[in-house]
Amino acid sequence: MEIPYTTKPRPDTGLYNAKVGIWLFLASEVMLFGALFSSYILLRVGAFVENWPHGLLNVPIGTVNTIVLIVSSITVVMAWASLKMKNFGKFKFYQAITVLCALMFLGIKSFEYRDKFTHYEVWKTDGTRMTGHIEGKPMFLTLAKVKAAGKEKIGFIPDPYHYSASKEVKHTAKEHPGEHKTVEIAVSEIKRLSAFVPAHSTYFAIYFTLTALHGLHVLGGAIVIGFLFGPGSKMWHSDPERFTNRVEVAGLFWHFVDLVWIFLFPVLYLL
Amino acid sequence: MQATTHNVAHGGADEAHHHEPGFMQKYVFSTDHKMIGIQYGLTALVFLLFGFCLMLCMRWQIAHPGQPIPLVGHLLERVLGDVAKDGKMSPDLYNSFGAMHGTIMVFLAIVPLAFGAFGNYVVPLQIGAPDMAFPRVNMASYQFYVLGGIIMFVSFFIPGGAAQAGWTSYSPLATSIPTHGQAFWLIGMVFLISSSLLGAVNFIATIIQLRAPGMTWMRLPFFVWAQFVTGFLLLLAFPPLEAAGVMQLMDNLFGTSFFLPTGLAVGGRLADISGGGSPLLWQHLFWFLGHPEVYVLILPGMGIVCEIIANNTRKTIWGYKSLVYSVLAIGFLSFIVWAHHMYLTGMGTKISAFFQTTTMIISIPSVILLTCFFISLWGGSIRFNTPMLFALAFLPMFGIGGLTGLPLGLAAADLHLHDTYYVIAHFHYVVAPGTIFAMFAGVYYWYPKMTGRMMSEFWGKVHFVGSFIFMNIVFQPMFFQGMAGMIRRMADGGANYSAAHNPGAIGGLSASMMGLHSVILWGAVGLAVSQIPFILNVFISMKNGKPANDNPWDATTLEWQTPTPPPHGNFAHAPTVYRGPYEYSQPGAKKDFTPQNQA
Ligand code: HEM
Ligand SMILES: [Cu+2]
Repeated sequence: MEIPYTTKPRPDTGLYNAKVGIWLFLASEVMLFGALFSSYILLRVGAFVENWPHGLLNVPIGTVNTIVLIVSSITVVMAWASLKMKNFGKFKFYQAITVLCALMFLGIKSFEYRDKFTHYEVWKTDGTRMTGHIEGKPMFLTLAKVKAAGKEKIGFIPDPYHYSASKEVKHTAKEHPGEHKTVEIAVSEIKRLSAFVPAHSTYFAIYFTLTALHGLHVLGGAIVIGFLFGPGSKMWHSDPERFTNRVEVAGLFWHFVDLVWIFLFPVLYLL
Repeated sequence: MQATTHNVAHGGADEAHHHEPGFMQKYVFSTDHKMIGIQYGLTALVFLLFGFCLMLCMRWQIAHPGQPIPLVGHLLERVLGDVAKDGKMSPDLYNSFGAMHGTIMVFLAIVPLAFGAFGNYVVPLQIGAPDMAFPRVNMASYQFYVLGGIIMFVSFFIPGGAAQAGWTSYSPLATSIPTHGQAFWLIGMVFLISSSLLGAVNFIATIIQLRAPGMTWMRLPFFVWAQFVTGFLLLLAFPPLEAAGVMQLMDNLFGTSFFLPTGLAVGGRLADISGGGSPLLWQHLFWFLGHPEVYVLILPGMGIVCEIIANNTRKTIWGYKSLVYSVLAIGFLSFIVWAHHMYLTGMGTKISAFFQTTTMIISIPSVILLTCFFISLWGGSIRFNTPMLFALAFLPMFGIGGLTGLPLGLAAADLHLHDTYYVIAHFHYVVAPGTIFAMFAGVYYWYPKMTGRMMSEFWGKVHFVGSFIFMNIVFQPMFFQGMAGMIRRMADGGANYSAAHNPGAIGGLSASMMGLHSVILWGAVGLAVSQIPFILNVFISMKNGKPANDNPWDATTLEWQTPTPPPHGNFAHAPTVYRGPYEYSQPGAKKDFTPQNQA
């Protein structure tokens, strides 16, 4: 028994099965990320400005990551085109770049995550708030943990300004950067302490959810493309047409993953 | 043409160089759509029975609050511990059972039965395909479903028990309950959703790509159309719930506040959270799935009923094209009616007005479907066999369910009816005597194709009469209780709000309304007893049923033009289709049915 149209396109639809499958799958992915983007909008519209952190992400790094993904998007097409031109060596070359780009993206992203996990906000009982770093660069510290450790004070290196500060304040702070001084904060004066983790605010909640889900997609894509680059590429010698189709389908998925990032980057980093 | 399919029946020439697959490969890790369909069917029927048993316990508690549950009370205490102390149902246990009853019935019983089982078994056969487009994805879909089911089942036995926040899992309630049941629920749901997605992709791709030569869109049996639209609903409506599920999981495990508002207090204390989230967001995302989901529950049933009516009236279906266009219209419209579940949330009257309008519009295609089926009966010489009896009963039952939905769709009337037993009665009429009857009809109808033997007609009719009477005894009274103001999801069945408990208070539930609880309880017991002939019939007929030939119902569609049971690869010769799906009693034809593959 043979299932028809696994390789050759069906004449009236012009598509082979896996291509229909991947487009349908991507439609569901659009709904998945669409729901999260809608949630982002709803949460943001409902949030007070001072509770919606802004400008805390590293834009240059985000830009680099965007470029990395765009490059991989090009190479994944080139890889497929090389197969179409029966040039297996070139395919290997381009696909290797794609996988490297994917890994680079993930590496940079984890670096960014780490940066956030060691960056804090303190809400003091007198109503003032500040962001900054804690001496010793601990990760995931919370008020409960500080108390459990029996500490009475923490050494805090504040940022020049809080994200909710007015434009002028931010401007002057940038013009006249003072030196970073450590201040001591008594634990009894702290109402809440949170790193920039999902629990910090709905902004970081949606930031981490969206980027982690996207990261998982990048990882999944990297595994599939890596497989087609490595052990899976044996198929080129037995069934070149089917192998080319596989590379195409993986490439479609990869484009989608890139496209999501193209939306994520401005929404999370810039707006 | 037809004759040729018969003589190559079993062990055709090309099967000789296939070796026989081992037991595991054949029954557990099968990639054959027919075996997967049967796996889905049996698993789903087990969950259907399990969900029903949960409800039996709850109906006892409602009718006799705080009294030990007969027969199973002490067993529950033994396996579940303190929540069932002395064999009594604690409110926590009631909430768990209620939440899990809904979840199991919708996601683990009806959808897998309607879509996974019947869709898998019948769709490739009806379109003349050798299998699904992606057989291994199909297997994965079933495995995800089983995994999701296991996670849900195991959650009963963890400390604190299963989820308690209803099948709708509204936040902040779902996040405030300090047990891990909800986390299990969410993780289980992620598996079930993934399973549905894989299934949906596979079904749609199969229907688009693997139709036999000559099987044009307008020659598809209506059942295939129904599954096609169902596939799209699952494909596009489930991902937002997946997103919502991930967010609620974050709320539960990582302390985020997606759905938790600022200033939320739990147990009288301010919750230690950032706040700023939106409980309404959960409801929007949930019902964005939830409403298309109810059409996922009903459309496959409609498809089954259509096949059986055409077959047993021996006439073509009246208005095939209007059926197709209506089901497509329902598919589109079901994505823009979701907030009719949320009139009372304070989302605003303008939004209510919009959703009230779309809700009224979507009832038009639903009515067209039902009308076509009714008109199809006109002038037929009807064969009243068991599948037909269930299919016929489906029509008025779905009618009652659908019509009682209209007052719910009007924001003004819903003020009174929302969250009462009236809503329970409404949707159970569509799903229980509606969809479940259609499922029974399907089992009786396709059983001979699956097993090569007929089910007993006599016991089938006993099953039908019992189910029909007791279904109505169970659900009819709920309309009256609901209109009298009885709220759903109360662990004491409303005793606290009864006139007897609050003498002199205005609007207390009267003794007669409270008394209906016993009627419902005994109706439910009767319903349980009525299922015994069915269960025995399924098993005994496998060995002892009357042998069935390849086409015992004299049907026209392609699944009956295969050997019985169909071999791996389905058709002895790839069929070609020459005509529409329901050519019964054609003038000039030799027999009163003309199969689709007859030139
Ligand atoms: C045909 C026209 C229909 C209309 C106008 C309609 C309308 C409604 C409305 C407005 C509600 C919300 C009531 C409330 O919570 O106050 C509701 C609830 C419900 N309906 Fe329908 N409905 C229709 C058909 C169906 C069908 C075909 C099904 C399923 C097969 C269904 C299943 C449900 C379920 C499960 C609920 C309750 C969900 C819950 O709150 O737990 N309905 N319906
Ligand atoms: Cu609805």
